[in-house]
Amino acid sequence: MKMEILLEAKNLSKKYVKTTGFFTRTQTVIKALDNISVSIKKGITLAVVGESGSGKSTLAKSLIRLIDIDNGSITFRNKNMRTINGDTLKSTRKNIQMIFQDPYASLNPRMKIQSIMEEPLLIHKIGTKISKQKKIETMIKKVGLHSSDLDKYPHQFSGGQRQRIGIARALILEPKLVICDEPVSALDVSVQAQIVQLLKSLQKEFGLTYLFITHDLRIVRHIADEVVVMRHGKIVEAGKTDIIFQNPKTTYTKKLLASIPGTKKSTLKD
Amino acid sequence: MKNNILEIKNLKVFPSLNSRLKLVKNISLRLKKGKTTCIVGESGSGKSLTALSVMQLLSSQLSMSGSIFFEGINLLNLSNEEIRKKRGKDIAMIFQEPMTSLNPVLTIGYQIQEAISVHNSLNKVELNSHVLDLLKTVGIPADRVNSYPDELSGGQRQRVMIAMAISCSPKLLIADEPTTALDVTVQAQILNLLNDLKLKFEMTMLFITHDFGVVEDIADDVAVMFQGEIVEQGSVVKVLKNPQHPYTRALLDCVPDAHGRKDLKPIDYAALKELMG
Repeated sequence: MKMEILLEAKNLSKKYVKTTGFFTRTQTVIKALDNISVSIKKGITLAVVGESGSGKSTLAKSLIRLIDIDNGSITFRNKNMRTINGDTLKSTRKNIQMIFQDPYASLNPRMKIQSIMEEPLLIHKIGTKISKQKKIETMIKKVGLHSSDLDKYPHQFSGGQRQRIGIARALILEPKLVICDEPVSALDVSVQAQIVQLLKSLQKEFGLTYLFITHDLRIVRHIADEVVVMRHGKIVEAGKTDIIFQNPKTTYTKKLLASIPGTKKSTLKD
Repeated sequence: MKNNILEIKNLKVFPSLNSRLKLVKNISLRLKKGKTTCIVGESGSGKSLTALSVMQLLSSQLSMSGSIFFEGINLLNLSNEEIRKKRGKDIAMIFQEPMTSLNPVLTIGYQIQEAISVHNSLNKVELNSHVLDLLKTVGIPADRVNSYPDELSGGQRQRVMIAMAISCSPKLLIADEPTTALDVTVQAQILNLLNDLKLKFEMTMLFITHDFGVVEDIADDVAVMFQGEIVEQGSVVKVLKNPQHPYTRALLDCVPDAHGRKDLKPIDYAALKELMG
């Protein structure tokens, strides 16, 4: 059975020009994306792995046009993401939502959770007053919080709870694709486990597709069906998670796998 | 005991204004000379407070009681002046955030010199050669000596912090989540470096982390902390292979591993409370 492709990006390129020096200006070109092609199948989790500076966040942002790319094409549900604008762009973006790394920085500290959750619905003019409220209350419970929490401010929550709010905000528009940019990197291991579990169960319930960006290969193993390994703006290796973990082809992927903590003292493992 | 370089006995940490609220509850811990002991726990478990107590760097609003013997001397009985002579010389510390621990307006060479000069009086030439030696030891090219912290990567900054920490050949190095903010590959490099230094200089290490993967790579002994108490301690093999306490087991269950696809189990605190009685 051939799986439906939700998003297809072909030959993406993005260059940044860095100027250094004050009197002697020298310009260096950094290729954040160097001719990259990715296709995301519907209903799966695709992880993008790489060290900082590998271009993984640039890739994520370019897919929803938060960054304009220099070259290449992005097709999402038969729409060319690079040419659409205005209302079409807005309605397409509704279907692609993002969850961010830092749950402390991604929620407006002056807004109550109620308003944070309501804002996307207002922007996209969805629902009546009553149906909106119902939606918000259902969603906040889905992520494991209470409707009484809607009346609180972000600072009243822990890091894990804030990440739950970020997830609820992303899912309230019923997106098809959710881009998770290191959603658990800033969290404690026990909270990390909670959030990973939550993301998995929500995926099952709503049939979501995830693009999961991370530098932690252990999380990849737990959440991703497919992996793309990035380095210096290029794709080093791509394929099914199990295959890449068991049989990495490139030296870079091998190096990444070897640096996972807890793998060195193999004597401890059976 | 001669083999124990540091012995913490019945340490309690509490807010000065509310002595009934114990943040660290009566913990005892021994560090064997030349070994790495890891304190593992979630945020809020009291692991950093324990480390800061040893350095006597607790916030002025916190008090502590108990005793901390370093080479047979109770650190809690020392005057500020006496403890300052030990801090940085005999006991050094590295922190999680290498970005915030370095001064952005001074070159790294200058900052390392400063760390040396607090405890040693060297002339300019000796000082410079010592700084270059240290940079070499931690794997930073000598031509970076005049770089400012913002010109270095996160891993390099952590290397500078390590260079400063080992500049006076401390007997005990306390590392408070030194690799948490780093990428996996850089983390592996820094852990290797710390391990090499430990062997080379026969240092004892107190390593704080929340990641059991890191524990497995670096520790000889482990102490698991939960809500201000050490719930389990022992050799790394014993604790990881045959955890006795329900909390240790729960914490191990939520650590992702790269080998199999075991399910991540978040900690069920209610069930845990029942198990612990």
